[in-house]
Amino acid sequence: MTALLYPLGVLGRGTLAAMASIGRVMLFALSALSHILRPPFYGREFMVALLNIGWLSLPVVGLTAVFTGGALALQIYAGGARFSAEAVVPQIVAIGMVRELGPVLVGLMIAARVTSSIAAEIATMKVTEQIDALTTLSTNPMKYLVAPRVLAALLVVPVLVGVGDVIGIFGGYSVATGSLGFNGAAYLKNTVNFLEPLDLLSSLIKGCAFGGIAAVMGCYFGMHSGRGAQGVGRATKGAVEAAAVLILAANFLLTGALFSL
Amino acid sequence: MITLSNVHKAFGPKKVLCGIDLTIESGSSMVIIGGSGTGKSVLLKSVLGLVTPDSGVITLDGQDVTRADRDAFLARFGMLFQGGALFDSLPVWQNVAFRLLRGSLQRPRAEAREIAIEKLRRVGLTPDVADLFPSELSGGMQKRVGLARAIAAEPEIIFFDEPTTGLDPIMSGVINDLIREIVTEMGATAMTITHDMTSVRAIAHNVAMLHDGVIQWTGPVAQMDDSGDPYLDQFISGRATGPIEAIR
Repeated sequence: MTALLYPLGVLGRGTLAAMASIGRVMLFALSALSHILRPPFYGREFMVALLNIGWLSLPVVGLTAVFTGGALALQIYAGGARFSAEAVVPQIVAIGMVRELGPVLVGLMIAARVTSSIAAEIATMKVTEQIDALTTLSTNPMKYLVAPRVLAALLVVPVLVGVGDVIGIFGGYSVATGSLGFNGAAYLKNTVNFLEPLDLLSSLIKGCAFGGIAAVMGCYFGMHSGRGAQGVGRATKGAVEAAAVLILAANFLLTGALFSL
Repeated sequence: MITLSNVHKAFGPKKVLCGIDLTIESGSSMVIIGGSGTGKSVLLKSVLGLVTPDSGVITLDGQDVTRADRDAFLARFGMLFQGGALFDSLPVWQNVAFRLLRGSLQRPRAEAREIAIEKLRRVGLTPDVADLFPSELSGGMQKRVGLARAIAAEPEIIFFDEPTTGLDPIMSGVINDLIREIVTEMGATAMTITHDMTSVRAIAHNVAMLHDGVIQWTGPVAQMDDSGDPYLDQFISGRATGPIEAIR
């Protein structure tokens, strides 16, 4: 009987541990948000986070978007040719980039670049007692380290997504006009006419959500890092994995919520 | 005065503190000694609220530290961490003046920098160090910057976590002299944890030995050599044989 119940026990323990982890992350995120809303506010740390998350991510976001937009144009042209629908390249590139690929790819790039950097930095601060030092210097680590990074990501990642959308569409435009024989003016006109305000709004909403997820995961895993170099490594790896999976899950839920009406 | 009464702390099944009773008089320098992994750092962090004891009471001037206003409580403390714990992203002067640049003790930036440079000078560092980053300093210099940061806001109570660990004997002597001078000069209450017996003799008024989660012996440093306590005798003589097991 005990042997039969063992798998159930394992499943139960795993479920409880997963629920407890979700609860801890939720409480951490709520605490971060509450610290954003209450003084003191560390302006210098916020500006540094804006620079790191926003400005310094532009090259990777731009390159990812331009290549994706270009590849998307080629794929749609080749796929559309099977049923004589090559002309829809501008519309599908626009909707694909703005609704899906722009937000998701920017989110994943931010998870790779920013979440890992935040997690490694905060975890190193933890193992070298810098976080304890902050506390003894009457500075709340949630306010000083977490709140500025989360706020910066919430504000700047939607902007990055917008920039990524535009560059992605430009990538599609370059390929379409350069090698697929599309007229430039007609391509742009089709793109602009096809996009609706909800498409653009959904892109920005997703950017905001993915930015928040990326920053919260980096901070959470950093603040809960284990000891030594191995602890820092685990925290960084865990943060990127969790951020990437949550971004994809949130994308599915947000797409359902925004477009299934 | 800091008092610890029947303080217990365990991490999972591992009991680290098993009923600590200790008093540190105002203006005195208490050094806590004991082997590695005996809970000295946990004891010190419990006083600061960085670790929450499972049971027991810790008071500062008669007030339970868990019920004190956190900012006001921490404003009375300075701490030198074992590895310095300097903030990598800030130049040295901003590390030293960290408390003076924000919060209730905030001063104008120029004044905070002046104070930082004066504190750096106090610990034997020249003003040109002020604009360097911690990664550009040697271990001994980092320790001195940590010491300057601990005293920057002129706290009433200073904690030193293994202040001479990893330093050569001459630099250890320099740090010991600085601690003794600063504590005497400022009239501060000091609590130090160390295994370095030279440090103990240089900076302690009173000594407490932590072993097996309890205070094994406590008394004035002058009585340490004649305590008659076999645990303390073994520790200060550094013998491998005795009541303290060499393998922990």
